[in-house]
Amino acid sequence: MLAVKKISKSFRGLKAVSQASFDVPAGSIVALIGPNGAGKTTCFNMIAGVFATDSGEIHFQNSPIQGLRPDQVCSAGIGRTFQIVKPFAGLSVLDNVIVGALHREGSVSSARIFSLSILKKLNLDAKKDLPASSLTLPDRKRLEVARALATRPKLLLLDEVMAGLRPTECDLMVEVFRDLNRSDGLTILLIEHVMRAVMALAQKVVVLHHGEIIASGAPAEVVRDPAVLECYLGEETEV
Amino acid sequence: MLAPLAILGVFLLALPHIVNPYILSVATLILYLAYTGQAWNVMMGFAGQLSLGHSLYVGVGAYASAALFVHYGIGPWAGVWLSIALCVALGAAIGFLAFRFGISGVYFALLTIAFCEFTRVGFDHLQWTGGSGGLFLKVAQRDQIDLANLRGPPAMYYYAILFLAASALLGCYFLLKSKAGYYWQAIRENEEAAQALGINTFRWKMLAVVISSAMTAVSGVFFAFYYNNLFPEQIFHISRSIEIILGPIIGGVGTLFGPILGAAVLTILADGITEILGMLGWEIPGIKQVFYGIVMLLVIMFLPNGIWPPLARKLGLGK
Repeated sequence: MLAVKKISKSFRGLKAVSQASFDVPAGSIVALIGPNGAGKTTCFNMIAGVFATDSGEIHFQNSPIQGLRPDQVCSAGIGRTFQIVKPFAGLSVLDNVIVGALHREGSVSSARIFSLSILKKLNLDAKKDLPASSLTLPDRKRLEVARALATRPKLLLLDEVMAGLRPTECDLMVEVFRDLNRSDGLTILLIEHVMRAVMALAQKVVVLHHGEIIASGAPAEVVRDPAVLECYLGEETEV
Repeated sequence: MLAPLAILGVFLLALPHIVNPYILSVATLILYLAYTGQAWNVMMGFAGQLSLGHSLYVGVGAYASAALFVHYGIGPWAGVWLSIALCVALGAAIGFLAFRFGISGVYFALLTIAFCEFTRVGFDHLQWTGGSGGLFLKVAQRDQIDLANLRGPPAMYYYAILFLAASALLGCYFLLKSKAGYYWQAIRENEEAAQALGINTFRWKMLAVVISSAMTAVSGVFFAFYYNNLFPEQIFHISRSIEIILGPIIGGVGTLFGPILGAAVLTILADGITEILGMLGWEIPGIKQVFYGIVMLLVIMFLPNGIWPPLARKLGLGK
């Protein structure tokens, strides 16, 4: 579904991502992991159209998407969340999601109905009338997901949505994504540090270090890879 | 919500029969500022694009239809379309330059001031509209209502601007509830997130500027036919732009009733103070501006969202 081919990006001489290639097959859940500053979010921003790639190609459903604007990438069927959450603070939780839903829904009333169903799925329906600015960080992360889902993406990019969640909350989120993946056929690419979630969700893990992909494969294999252990997980990490 | 609005509506419709001409002129001024403030609010309050040069559209709108009337006897109902067309073109030019090249925030505001100032200087030298000497509409006897040429007694102007202000309120209500309203507010709150949700921010910001400038053009036509004399130094002056935006800021940026409430509070208090000082025999030039400054300071300190939001909460009303 998504094919990233040798993309690179430098910021004033610093190579954030170099020659990274990976695939996200349709219907799968792929995790992008790696230490801080490895270039994960830069990769996301190139896919989502925020940054132009210096070189390389990104194909989504067999057509190139590099060089498109973020709104065009969204129209193509890719939804995203932001690591640093960006709620529409002055609007209510429901209105936040309606903005996303209006992308595919014809009217505000149908967008509202659709948004309510998404809020329910993410356990935010009790807070729908609160201003987004009053939400706690975990709820804001959930709102990011709800808003992105409202655009009816085929591929969802999740940037550290589990960070800051308690283990039980994390498990609930994992359940939500697993359900979306199974019942709606949603393909997911996630950046995540919470290995608990990565191991529970991902069918494939791609490890990024200093902008380069150092390992990729099934989660159980990748976490035993000596290079990954050395640079990221550490020798004694229990997963 | 509807009942108080209906009462207010009846009161405003009956006003010319109740009050003296002076009060009526104050009410006309309030409605003029409420309407123009509403227009500015579409751009800043809804879409978050700060214009500090809105007198550009008032001035161009006023001059265009006034010049057609003075030179060719073309009435305001036809002239208003030229005013709107010119203002939309100007607004679109500013919007295109700014949004295409990523000029935002205070730099966008500076651009709007620059356009307004250029235009002022241009009109100072445009002989067709009388240059800096001004353009004057003939003031004939004002008892007969000549609606086609918008000539008539003060009450006619009052009703005209009341109609405009009410239409703007209704129009903005529907805009805010529409897809455009949601998209504008999303752009205002966080442009990057808005774009990630598939919103073509360039297009929707342009729409806000175009609607706002078109509405303000109509306000200029009213200005021309009500005041009958136009000077570039006055109509394009930055203090005019400030006057337009004070109402919505004090009433509540981004709210529907903020521009109306703000215009009423400011005008009544400012004119009241000038009157009282006048009665005491003190004629202080510029006292109105000093007063505006003080009110602005108080509102920013104590009611940073304007008067309307806390008032609406107290009355149990929505936005």
